Amino acid sequence: MRTKALKSAVILVASALLLTACGTAKPVATSSVPTKLGANEKTVSLLGWPGYAENGSNDPKVDWVTPFEKSTGCKVTFKSYGTSDEALSLFKTGDYDVIAASGDATLRLIASGAVAQLNTKLIPSYADVYPFLKGKAWNSVDGKVYGVPHGYGANLLMYKKDTVKPAPTSWDVVFDKSSSYKGKVTAYDSPIYIADAAVYLMAHNPELGIKNPYALDEKQLTAAVDLLKAQRANVGEYWSDYLKEIQAFETGDSVVGTTWQVIINSMSAKANVGSVLPSEGATGWSDSWMINSKAKSPNCAYAWLDYIDQPKANAAATEYFGEAPATPAACDFMASKDTCASYHAGDEAYANKIWYWTTPIAKCLDGRTDVKCTDYAAWTSAWQEIKG
Amino acid sequence: MTRKPGVQSKSESGLSSARLVSSYLFSRPKTRLALLLAAPVTWLVLIYVVALVALLITAFWSVDSFTGEIHMTWSLDNLQQVFTQALYRTVTFRTVGIALLVTVIDLVVALPIAFFMAKIAKARSQRIMVILILMPLWASYLVKAYAWRSVLSHDGILQWLVQPFGLSTPGYGLAGIVITQAYIWLPYVILPIFTGLERVSNTLLEASSDLGAKSGKTIRLVVAPLLLPAIIAASIFSFSLTLGDYITVNIVGGPNQMLGNLVYSNVGAANNLPLAAAIALIPVALMFGYLTVVRKTGALENL
Repeated sequence: MRTKALKSAVILVASALLLTACGTAKPVATSSVPTKLGANEKTVSLLGWPGYAENGSNDPKVDWVTPFEKSTGCKVTFKSYGTSDEALSLFKTGDYDVIAASGDATLRLIASGAVAQLNTKLIPSYADVYPFLKGKAWNSVDGKVYGVPHGYGANLLMYKKDTVKPAPTSWDVVFDKSSSYKGKVTAYDSPIYIADAAVYLMAHNPELGIKNPYALDEKQLTAAVDLLKAQRANVGEYWSDYLKEIQAFETGDSVVGTTWQVIINSMSAKANVGSVLPSEGATGWSDSWMINSKAKSPNCAYAWLDYIDQPKANAAATEYFGEAPATPAACDFMASKDTCASYHAGDEAYANKIWYWTTPIAKCLDGRTDVKCTDYAAWTSAWQEIKG
Repeated sequence: MTRKPGVQSKSESGLSSARLVSSYLFSRPKTRLALLLAAPVTWLVLIYVVALVALLITAFWSVDSFTGEIHMTWSLDNLQQVFTQALYRTVTFRTVGIALLVTVIDLVVALPIAFFMAKIAKARSQRIMVILILMPLWASYLVKAYAWRSVLSHDGILQWLVQPFGLSTPGYGLAGIVITQAYIWLPYVILPIFTGLERVSNTLLEASSDLGAKSGKTIRLVVAPLLLPAIIAASIFSFSLTLGDYITVNIVGGPNQMLGNLVYSNVGAANNLPLAAAIALIPVALMFGYLTVVRKTGALENL
């Protein structure tokens, strides 16, 4: 028995040493900015939100990847993700040259050295991008540009017209009044959804003093968590896979909840859904394309970044997803002339009203210095606690 | 005798090395055993023990919440969190409850079916039943779970079936998880019990009845003790498979979480591998405890 135990101990220690030896090599971030581009590689792999790189396989009429492949010779592979956190862990595998990331992921990507600083001179289309999207906290650090804008939009409220009456104008149908739709409320399954509760509290509980839904101190976070715990009792299911939400609304298993424009566009007429940007305002996204600091195909990656901000491609991509484009000229290429107007493209005041996804950090984003804010780790464990 | 060495010398030159090895091994049974087991044991250690040890070690690391990098410094924080926070207790109890319920339902359904197949059905219909039970295993797990998603939907076939009786579908939630899991793991429960029952000789049943025992007594005193190892084996399948599941929960579980979901969301969403590893130790410990209890009953020796 003793020798047996000894042997197992030796094996354990040996494997432990082996593991530690394998694991201690730290990744080194390469931060050399290219000054000129070389010949295009044969392939480029993209990671992005669903509907960010369509090659016609979902809908033959929706295709802005094939023209890119033809003009550059870069064969595109695309993988979509459901939440920013999923994007982060996928991108860390190193399998992707380019990522389209929202503000709640970009800072984390930059901080971990996963994405490279860009030379915007090599991206001619960048010059024409809306100025109010450039040099923002979620795509630039200390004046260094890490991402080029893709488009921006708000998280909307979707409801089934036949069950949710009168048509809602406030988020209260998923919070304080959610018990009317018990078991049929849906919500986005990510810690960042806590900010949606904070936006609601900003309007309805001003005494909490929330100035920025991504800068919550302990007390404010607790209030948001309590609101979400009350909502949890009426939630039918949470969604992160957008196809799951589409199906749940089609069958009527969900009747009201947060959504994206692309989901509304994908609903059948039979589902009879409506959508609204509620009066409290909303969270939203302003997405950036970024290049892996260890990209296997950096030249094709630069080519893609330039391509996606060219008016025609940007129009196709953002109109399909249902968001405002990054570049004003894109509006001329939209299939529907109303698209830009309905998303308030270029309306700087409107764009500033959306609370764009940002990574919550301990240093309060609203400028408060007297308290410590809750960081994303705290939000993550709060989110698991809410789901229970 | 005098010719034999000459005859042998030819073959000896060819065989001498092999013979040397074989006689060496013949006199050393331990070396023989070591050589025989070296390949499978290396394999087992590499893919099984190392993975478990990696899991154990990762549980002691921590992750930088901002950059998502793993810090390889030793700390008990994750384990402390898992053992002290109410969330993990609630989810553990829920998961164990679901696993037990699924196991009980599967056993209740499987025992009569297996008994019918092994003792009553004719050879031909027995074969057909085995095929029918194996058939669902040909379909993907995901397909079956999604099938249940549409069955359980408020728009689905179950609602249509029970509505005339004033009932409604349980919808997505705990009931949905239990139904779906019980369905998916049923073949794994029927088959061991069926094989176990086949091994119970009919002569024993007849002998019991000849000695005056009624069917109830025969089942209790003759069949049950002989069948216990098979039932335990079957319960290990359904219990452990349910314990580790997270996909069914996502598809038909509504807003509920099981241990697997906590692991999944910590790896996938929260990017907190160390905490996920710490949570994963819970089902490992549970199964370890379960197997220890089972071992005490002596059922494992009978398998």
